[in-house]
Formats: sequence, structure tokens, C-alpha cells
Amino acid sequence: MIRFLLHRLAQSAVLLVIVSMVGFALLHLIPGGPLSQFALVPGMTQADLARVAHQMGLDRPLPVQYAEWLGRLLVGDWGRSYRDNQPVLSIIASHLGATLELMVTAIVIAVLLGTWIGVLGAVRRYSLADALATVGAMIALSIPTFWFGLVAIYVFSIWLHWLPAGNIATVGHETLSDYAVHLIMPALVLALVTVATWSRYMRAAMLDVINQDYIRTARAKGLSQRRVLVHHAMRNALLPMITLAGLQLPTLLSGALVTETVFTWPGMGRLFLDSLGYRDYPTVMGLLMFSAVLVLLGNILADLFYTVADPRVRLR
Amino acid sequence: MRHRLAVFGVVTIVVLVLACAVGPSLLPFDDLHIDMRHRFQAPLAGPHLLGSDQLGRDMLARLLMAGRISLTVGFVAMSLSTVVGVLLGLVAGFYGGIIGTVLMRLVDAVLCFPSIFLLLTLAALISPGLATITIIIGLTAWMEMARVVEGQIRSLRERDFAVAVIAMGAPDRYLMLHELLPNALAPIVVAATLNVAQAMLLEAYVSYLGYGIQPPTPSWGNMLNNAQEYLTSAPWLALLPGALITLTVSALNFIGDGLRDALDPRMDLPT
Repeated sequence: MIRFLLHRLAQSAVLLVIVSMVGFALLHLIPGGPLSQFALVPGMTQADLARVAHQMGLDRPLPVQYAEWLGRLLVGDWGRSYRDNQPVLSIIASHLGATLELMVTAIVIAVLLGTWIGVLGAVRRYSLADALATVGAMIALSIPTFWFGLVAIYVFSIWLHWLPAGNIATVGHETLSDYAVHLIMPALVLALVTVATWSRYMRAAMLDVINQDYIRTARAKGLSQRRVLVHHAMRNALLPMITLAGLQLPTLLSGALVTETVFTWPGMGRLFLDSLGYRDYPTVMGLLMFSAVLVLLGNILADLFYTVADPRVRLR
Repeated sequence: MRHRLAVFGVVTIVVLVLACAVGPSLLPFDDLHIDMRHRFQAPLAGPHLLGSDQLGRDMLARLLMAGRISLTVGFVAMSLSTVVGVLLGLVAGFYGGIIGTVLMRLVDAVLCFPSIFLLLTLAALISPGLATITIIIGLTAWMEMARVVEGQIRSLRERDFAVAVIAMGAPDRYLMLHELLPNALAPIVVAATLNVAQAMLLEAYVSYLGYGIQPPTPSWGNMLNNAQEYLTSAPWLALLPGALITLTVSALNFIGDGLRDALDPRMDLPT
């Protein structure tokens, strides 16, 4: 177990270094860059620009800049934003809560709804409900998330006036129920793709399990259909789903970025877009690294959890 | 059931491609013609059949021209990612060992990242145009193909016919391109179909966020870019392009799924 963990952590560390190198090189190799913000200031001369570049450390060779950035990162200094000179880590921290709120809610919705639809589809295989779920899932995977968000806003905010069209809460009126009302639509929109994927895999996993000998044994013992399904079949079918949950993280992060834009949600996705537009390299790098760490950690946790849930699996 | 859906998909795609190809030349309006007297005309309420946008441009003409762009991006990006994915998968699956491990770990590494982050970063750096966006999308969507081909080739090269070809002294390249690749064609075709759908969705995302195809060239994605502002007063600006994206991508997914059922009954899971 410990050896497996160390091995995976070492692998992830190597991956992270590669990612940071590629990201750093990509960002810094383009013309324009952070200095173009200053180039438009009246009275700015070439000498001034050169001085600013020197102060920001942008005039040194790329490998040197990278080494310095990495060195600082390793001691916990993620640099400062070019935009407002705040430490990158505290900027990310201030946007993390909103994104986590959205993502965790979406995951919970997706798992509950997806499991239910998947189990139903497997138990009533080839029924009308199963066919509808199959076609529905394929259409759900074909809808652009942001457009689904726009349609939802049009229907529920503009047309029916049921839900607010965006933001995380009403300013000056931040009660718990206010947060909840603002959360419903973006969380459901973000969950859509995951519900579709999750229900398809859950259906397949249930179909795999449902013909096993131990299910026949459970039925033969005279257990109720409900007990067989929930305690015997579903628990086993959920095992492969743990890995899927880990693999879904990147998709969910991408979805969160788009969903946050549509619903003006003050999370990391919006921060990423704004920072990219401003050529705020330290913040963009910080966010890239942060999401990479999140994804890798998610995968390792999924693997670990898998062994806890299924003692037959031995980690190497 | 799936069979019927796949037929529906093929019909939809054929109709859409034909409409986008010949439609614009049959319409009375040009997609770039600005008519400030007829701004925000609702669909079916005036000279513009599907309404007009904030500059009085004809929506139908714009949708069809945008369709040309979006479909082109989808199919060209698919070809690109198929070539990259098949080549990498072929080499990794055929040689295995260190080469295979390194290549497939590379695939894992790229898959690890939220594709939209990668795409946006690249798009922000390169001046966005039709060609560059297509290339970028093609280069962020080849991983699935590489995995599929690698798995196929790895198992195919152990089969008797492959061993026989080796025994006859054929060079590696002949074995790879003339014997193994044709046998792996079915899953490649399926993955390629689904890839077009994926590429079109990615184009929509990037263009919606403002880093993709740049106006005045319309694409289904960038038509949605400004539409959110007018959601209250002119909802058709947002509803129509998105509906077309959904229709096209669904149709492609139906075709891919139907092909998979027809060509490879062993695969059961949808992507």
C-alpha cells in the first residue's frame, strides 16, 4: 500500500514537472505578453518598457525564469499576480470555495441521479424507460453545456421568474436559502454531462453484476427484489464506478469553467479566463498547476478508495 | 432502435451539409449584409425567415454560413487527430516495450488535463483564425484514437496471420500499413465519427468564450458569444445556433453508436 502510494506520487510529480514546463514555455513564448498592457500608456518609451521588463524579470532567458519560478513554488511561493500584485495562492484560495461549492453539488446530483437511472435501465432492460434514458443520455452528451445554461436561464429566469440568472448570491442579502436558490441552476447544468456518462456506465456495470451466481443465491434465499438490488447488486456494481469518478474530474473542471462563465459564477474558471485575457502569467500558471494537482490527486484517491471498497484488488 | 437512430443521424447530416453547401447562394440575403432598419426582427415576423440579429443580418444566411465553418472545423480537425492518433497508436502498439510505454504515458498525461484549459491557453497564444483553431482542436483530441488503435494493434500483431507475414520476411512497415491497419479499420471509423462530434463541441466552447473563430466570420459557437446579452429581448439569437449544434452533434453520435453496434458487437459501453 505504502509502496504503491509512493510510486504513484512519484509518477504524479514527474507529470506535474512536465506540465509546468510545457505550460510555462507556451505562455512565455508568445509575442505581446504582459508588457503589451504598458505599451499603450502615453509617454511610455522603449527604455521604460525595458526597465519594466527587467523589474518583472521578463528579460532573462526562459530556463532561468522557469527555474526561479519552480524554486519559489517548491517553498510555497506561487508568485504575485501581474494584475493586482496579490499573492497568486490567496487569489486562487478566494475563488476556490465557489468552484468547490458548484462542483461538489454537481457531483452529488450526478451520482445520485446517474446511479438511479442506470440501475433502472439495467433492471428494466429494453423497456421504454431504458430506451428513453439511452437516447436521452446521448443527446445530453451532445448539448454544449453553455447553451444548455442559456436555455435554462431563458426558461427559468426570464420566462418563469423562478430562479436568479446568475451570481453566487444576492449582494447584501446573503442568507443560506439565497445561496441555495442561486446554486440550483448552475449545479444542474454542470451535472448534466456527468449524469449522462454515469448512468450509461452504471447500467453496464449493473448488467455485468446482475447475472452473477451470488445474485442468484441471494434470490434463492428468498430476499426481496429491493434488498437483492440495493445490497447485493448495486454495491458490487458501484465498484468500477469509483475509478470513473476519478476520470471524470477533468471533464467536470472543463464544464465548471464554461458553466461559471454563463452564470457569472465567481469561481476559478472565470478567474482563469480573466487572467488569460490579461496575460497574467503567474495566476494562469498557478491555476494550471492547481487543476493538474487536483486531477492527479483525484485519480490516486479513486485508486486508493477502490482497494478499501474491494479487498480483492491488490495495489502494486 | 439504434439502427433507426443511426439512419436519422445520416439523413440529418446529409441534409445539413447540403443546406450549408448550396443554401447561402439561394437566399435573398447575404450573411454579412447589415440592415439597420430590420434589427432584432423575430423569426417568421418579417422579410427574414428566421429573424435577424443586432445588426439586422439575416439569421438563416448566417446559420448556414456558420454551418459551413463549424462542419469544416469538425471534419478537418477529425482528420488531423485521426492521423496523429492512428500513427502514434500504431507505433506504440506495434513496437510495445519502452516506445509503447513512453507514448501511452504521454497519452495519459495529456488526457489528465481539462481539454478546455489546454485549448484556451493555446488559442490565446496563437492568433485565432480558421486554420489555427482547426489545428489546435485536432491536436487536443487525438488521445482517444491513439488508445483505441494501440489496443487493437497490440492484439492483432499476435494473431496467426501477422506471425505468418513476419515469417515470410515482410518489412515492419508493410505489416503495419497493409496487414494490421486494415484489420483495425472498424473501431477507427467509429472513433473518427465520434471525434467529429467532439471537435464541433470544442469549437463551440472556444468560440463562445471568444478565443475561437473571430467575427465577422460566423460559426455556430461565436454566434452564441454575444447572444447572452440579448437573451431577454431576442432569445432566437441564442436558441437557434445552439439547437443546430445539438442536432448535428447528436446526429454524429447516433451514427457513431450505430456503426459501433454494426461493426464491433464486443464494445458495449458508450463514450
